[in-house]
Amino acid sequence: MSRVRDALVAAVVLVLGSSPDRPGDEDLDHRVVPRGPQERGAESLLLVLLGGAALAAVAFIVVYALDGIGHQTQWLGLSLGLAFGLLAAACFVTARRLVVTEELSEPYPEHGSPHERGLIEEIVHESGSRFTRRRLVKLAGTGAVGTLGLAALTPALSLGPAFDNDGLLRTPWKRGRRLVDETGRPLAAADIAEESFYTAYPRGVDREQLGAPLVLVRLPLEQIRERRDWAPQGIVAYSKICTHAGCAIALFRKPTFAALEPRPALVCPCHYSTFDPAAAGKVLYGPAGRALPQLPLEVDSSGHLRAAGNFSGPVGPSWWGVRMRKVKS
Amino acid sequence: MRGLVVVACALVLAASAAAEPRGAGLYAAACSTCHGVTGAGRAGRGPSLRGVGALSADFYLRTGYMPLQSPSVQPERSRVLFSEPQIRSLVAYVASLGGGPPVPTPEADGRTAVGLRLFTGHCAGCHQIAAQGGFVTGARVPPLTHSSDRQIAEAIRVGPYLMPSFSTRDLSAADVNALVSYIDYTKHPDDRGGWAIGKLGPWPEGVVAWFVATAALVGVCLLLGRRVRS
Repeated sequence: MSRVRDALVAAVVLVLGSSPDRPGDEDLDHRVVPRGPQERGAESLLLVLLGGAALAAVAFIVVYALDGIGHQTQWLGLSLGLAFGLLAAACFVTARRLVVTEELSEPYPEHGSPHERGLIEEIVHESGSRFTRRRLVKLAGTGAVGTLGLAALTPALSLGPAFDNDGLLRTPWKRGRRLVDETGRPLAAADIAEESFYTAYPRGVDREQLGAPLVLVRLPLEQIRERRDWAPQGIVAYSKICTHAGCAIALFRKPTFAALEPRPALVCPCHYSTFDPAAAGKVLYGPAGRALPQLPLEVDSSGHLRAAGNFSGPVGPSWWGVRMRKVKS
Repeated sequence: MRGLVVVACALVLAASAAAEPRGAGLYAAACSTCHGVTGAGRAGRGPSLRGVGALSADFYLRTGYMPLQSPSVQPERSRVLFSEPQIRSLVAYVASLGGGPPVPTPEADGRTAVGLRLFTGHCAGCHQIAAQGGFVTGARVPPLTHSSDRQIAEAIRVGPYLMPSFSTRDLSAADVNALVSYIDYTKHPDDRGGWAIGKLGPWPEGVVAWFVATAALVGVCLLLGRRVRS
């Protein structure tokens, strides 16, 4: 215990005790840094700021320890911010008013003489005198550097499939495949009510596939303007993946009073691409560049929904080379 | 069976007769311009109210959605223009026009986690996960900050304006209770950060950090870098 106390006392003496003056501080005539006027006021301000910073830091520790006080996060931020702010102000005062400063100017160096420049050009030119086939060497050099640049750009091809798109165009849907809901229960036509929307998946297939999820809505049959034979009882199914950036179509707008309100539409929440479920998923608004792929449906003898084929177009976001392709099941 | 139907018809007739003459008068004065004198709706003005039931009337009147100043604008939450007894008689009158569901009685059951999952699947696309509302093409999506539990349960069934409606098969009464619990939570979330910035997530927070904090830092740098004039 006494050893600890001795150590503490020694530390305090070291810090506070008067350090011996540097030799030459007073004696030598010429100084590197000129003497500046002493400013006791600024020094006091510095001490106050440093003390405040210390207090704020202590406050942080106290607030941290007192778990359960109201607005603890705010108090923590306030105390820590205050500590840093006061410390910064202390540095500011030190730099502006306590450290001796002087302004010095130094002229720019003179421009190199034209003679020297000519000499360097001559040296460069004459150093190549051992080459006999200069143009060929230049060509070879350009070729080597250019190929290296191409090699550096090659990994960019991994950003997307450039040549082999087939995997992305394959979907699990084919004629006769059953539709199930999120819980895996087969969906019956009677389950699909008007004015609401549903998510469906192919039965017995990995749902994480891009081509798996569907969005289903039931519209009055007379409202369906295109592909009416794809929509038994007015139930239409589209890929749930937006053709713009591949988000999930999670919005269905349904007018309460169709005479005065916007018509029914499937909307993607990411960039508000809006598709017309009554007209083959055509783009009504937004950045999507092509219609939402539609899946033809049929109702089997037990009243359950089945696919009647594959999608009308490639599923998922569009890029060059996808728009003209046909889907594979 | 036929006897039952007759009794039911008689009850409905009696109910409509007893549905406070005040309800009929209020309806004629405030609603019939668009919804028609008989409640069958008017082409290009307003939809039929037959079969919408007490649930729908209660929702539209208590949110101030109706009466609507112009039939071509989106109804928005506004000052309720009727007194409590007036709303009661109007709701009874609309219910008497024919069938429709009664006013629901949801109860927040504390299953916030279940509610969050349901909300994510059915509501968050438009209303945002923090229930702060947003946009759908052609309409504003209202925040749910001022929606009472009953109004939420009613809106789920009605699907006001462009919102889809959800049947009891899609969302059971128990599901609605869980949803109400979650939405109630979003009204007073545990906001550890203090300033929620619209509860819109990291994007606005980043914007504040960049534009406010960066401006402050640049200001301080300019202050520090200014030459000391002797």
